[in-house]
Amino acid sequence: MHSFGYRANALLTLSVTILAIMCAMASFSDNFNSPSPSASVEVLNINRLQKLSNGDDEVSLTLNISADLQSLFTWNTKQVFVFVAAEYESTKNSFNQVSLWDGIIPSREHAKFWIRTTNKYRLTDQGANLRGKDFNLTLHWHVMPKTGKMFADKIVMTGYRLPEEYR
Amino acid sequence: MDESMGEVIACLLSFSEMDWQGQKAAEQLMQIMLIAFAVVAFLTGFAFGSFQMMLLVYAGGVVLTSLIIIPNWPFFNRHPLKWLDPSDADRYPKPQPTVSAKKKSTKQK
Repeated sequence: MHSFGYRANALLTLSVTILAIMCAMASFSDNFNSPSPSASVEVLNINRLQKLSNGDDEVSLTLNISADLQSLFTWNTKQVFVFVAAEYESTKNSFNQVSLWDGIIPSREHAKFWIRTTNKYRLTDQGANLRGKDFNLTLHWHVMPKTGKMFADKIVMTGYRLPEEYR
Repeated sequence: MDESMGEVIACLLSFSEMDWQGQKAAEQLMQIMLIAFAVVAFLTGFAFGSFQMMLLVYAGGVVLTSLIIIPNWPFFNRHPLKWLDPSDADRYPKPQPTVSAKKKSTKQK
């Protein structure tokens, strides 16, 4: 501690160490938040269900997605990434998961939303299994913190069914 | 503006270095201030729900601490060592290296 340089060095190392501890504590404080998000997805229309030239089924949907994810936000949350995935079983794969729509919620003010949209990404099966298929629509989210641990969870909505015939 | 800044810097450089007790006080003060500002910053950030607030309060604390700790303030030089003048040194007996007999014998073995 006898010169400018030594004192500046000691101050820098200690202050950065303490900053790291503060960030760790901020991340730890997220564990005390118990969120209660809600979501619902309505299939407004099956625009088309057809067999592609390579033999795979493809479906186009119009969805009405509404969600209230405000309780996910804490003081340590940077943004929340959400996506809606169609999940179903087929003879080839025991679990198929196809992302239909996604979005980034930048703040708590934008976390209560509804959106009416056709599927942003194509829902194509590996095969021709989509006719009359029961499927789930699942809202997944990843909470991205400013520092520390990332949280992820989902809401599964069941009871959707595709039409029996191509259209 | 530049002249007054120059005067301030010249004034800071003219201070003599910290003495031993000043160095110890500076280190302890630094640790106490940084930890205190960290606690205050975390609590205000948590209370206001603002991560940015925590960072700003802590940054302010670090700047204030560095202003107090880093320059050679006269406050840290209240117990300066008094050195003899070289011309006086001859009038005093020179310190003799005191080596105990035991140590010497162990070294020789």
